[in-house]
Amino acid sequence: MTATRFPERASGPAERMAGFLAHLRMNGYRTGPAETADALAALGSVTATDPGAARLAMKTLLASGEDAWRGFDDLYDAYWFNTGKQRLAEVRADHIRTQAARPTLWQPHLGEDAAGADRGGTDDARPDAGEDEAEGTDGRLIATRTANMTRRDLRELMDEDSLRAAERAAERLARALRDRRSRRQRAAQRGQRFDMRRIIRASLARGGEPLDLHRRRRSERPLKIVALCDVSGSMTVYARVFLAFLKGLVSADTRTDAYLFHTRLMRVTQALRDHDGLRAAGRLSLMAEGFGGGTDIAGSLTRFNDAYAAQAVGGRTVVIILSDGYCTSPPGHLSAALTRLRKRARRIVWLNPLIGWRDYAPVARGIAAALPHLDAHLPANTIEALGALEQEFARL
Amino acid sequence: MGHSELQKELAASAYVASDALAMALHLSLVLGRPLLLEGPAGVGKTEVAKALAEVRAARLIRLQCYEGLDAAQAIYEWNYQRQLLALRASEAGSEDAVFSEKYLLKRPLLEAITQDTPPVLLIDEIDRADEAFEAYLLEVLAEGQITVPELGTIRSVAPPMAVLTSNGTRDLSDALRRRCLYCFIDYPSRDAELAILSARHPGLEARLAAQIVHTVQAIRREDLEKVPGVAEMLDWAAALSGLGINDLSDDPSIVAATMVCLLKTAADRDAMPADVLARIIGKAA
Repeated sequence: MTATRFPERASGPAERMAGFLAHLRMNGYRTGPAETADALAALGSVTATDPGAARLAMKTLLASGEDAWRGFDDLYDAYWFNTGKQRLAEVRADHIRTQAARPTLWQPHLGEDAAGADRGGTDDARPDAGEDEAEGTDGRLIATRTANMTRRDLRELMDEDSLRAAERAAERLARALRDRRSRRQRAAQRGQRFDMRRIIRASLARGGEPLDLHRRRRSERPLKIVALCDVSGSMTVYARVFLAFLKGLVSADTRTDAYLFHTRLMRVTQALRDHDGLRAAGRLSLMAEGFGGGTDIAGSLTRFNDAYAAQAVGGRTVVIILSDGYCTSPPGHLSAALTRLRKRARRIVWLNPLIGWRDYAPVARGIAAALPHLDAHLPANTIEALGALEQEFARL
Repeated sequence: MGHSELQKELAASAYVASDALAMALHLSLVLGRPLLLEGPAGVGKTEVAKALAEVRAARLIRLQCYEGLDAAQAIYEWNYQRQLLALRASEAGSEDAVFSEKYLLKRPLLEAITQDTPPVLLIDEIDRADEAFEAYLLEVLAEGQITVPELGTIRSVAPPMAVLTSNGTRDLSDALRRRCLYCFIDYPSRDAELAILSARHPGLEARLAAQIVHTVQAIRREDLEKVPGVAEMLDWAAALSGLGINDLSDDPSIVAATMVCLLKTAADRDAMPADVLARIIGKAA
């Protein structure tokens, strides 16, 4: 085991702590200078000689969500004990929620994918072989997500002008869903009704004369969108358009949530919302490892139900599933997953690129099982079809 | 005082806290920062605040959040009716007279700020309140003061120990997360759950306690819609001891009947038929 490596100029605890905070920041934590000071203060109030206490104190202070909480120990070890990757692999194994074993049904479809997978595999293996590589990292995790699945560069799928149309269609659609009103009344400058309670209260200051008129109006209760997009092999041709469509949905409303799935499910909302287009593309392609593989719609939906639905889906949520409905798991599973989702969501809409085809009938086992649970099953094979969805959605 | 002392004190008031939770509470007391607790339902998030209040001999002030919660319900409201009556009664009554503390209805947040000794302020299920309220709360928690326009700023003499809980119905804002210390409470391990059970039901036979914990842990591994939490486990233990059961494998039908304590949806009941249950209990025995 090599000695702990800090940046050379780091002399005192303050700088080392600042280095640790920078390390966390690189791994997606939102920490700033204020947190550095807090962390030092927190260390002052625990038994400094007890390493476990120091770790817990910093975890409590710096982790600010479930994911951060679960991943903190790895990052902590990586920085303070310079463990690098080898240790990471071991630590990962005893976490329950980290990614489960890769489903066996995923196989690279194309020759180049397989080659890419192999290359990825050897790249990954190399740092593990010798210690030299792990040493030069200043205790930083180099890459936390280096699964050796094929990576398809989504950059080429993203920066085309023609995709703007899809994006605009999505924005219009999101807007159509946003215009909802509540039954409850809120104080408002230009409301339709008088707010008698406030008028009387304000009249006290005017000797009982109701001079100031206050009003109320029904507040907006917009529908929230949760979009789940299939990026499996059978959907590759549509992926460009659908990603642009997702981007449009996400940028139209701050509460929209977007996910990609093939055999696994991943949340891409933050990546799509990234203002830096290039960085967004980079993040997306990292996430879409295994892009273009098989599909497990039922498994992905079940995972969504378990992990995200409680937070993402409520009584005012429209769930949009973009998929062709070719699913490798038994149709019963898909039906069960949709039944559960149904209970939470207000509407479930399935956008199917195959509907536009001549003589298409939803007879594939997957989609046949799903149909009874859907509020709408709509075509999405062309940009025009996406644009025409607006009217359909206004009715939901 | 370190976090292990606090852990022992909590244990004395029948709350078994993990190391991480004890550290979080300790730091929140030392640094004077609010503590945000997240985790699945029924792992004892709300109980933390109660136990903390008991340990510190402090008053517990609870604000239960719900959708549509507004400032008037959470912070303060003028008692309009009393003000009106007072004005009518004294014809020459000046306006200033009715804007005094006498006519102020204190809601939990103002109540917590105006205590002489630091109370424990429990803001339960903050994720149910809307974002606007969250932003207001941020101000109250960060500054420890509330401004009433007609009266001036009310500063806290003894800042409350704030404990916030969230169930993850909605993602909380980054600003709130940054202000708070954070602790994720997961379902307890077997040993921890045994400790909780023996702390809450000291009279329970060790053998039955082990069976109960084992069974509940096994049920949690099943594919259920609503996974039973610690609270459900304690309910079940109380039910079993109330029925005078000494061994789970003795009477499967009564055990199956008491499953109402653990399984809270029809689908979950169907997912745990008698034979599955018998198998789990058989392993536990």
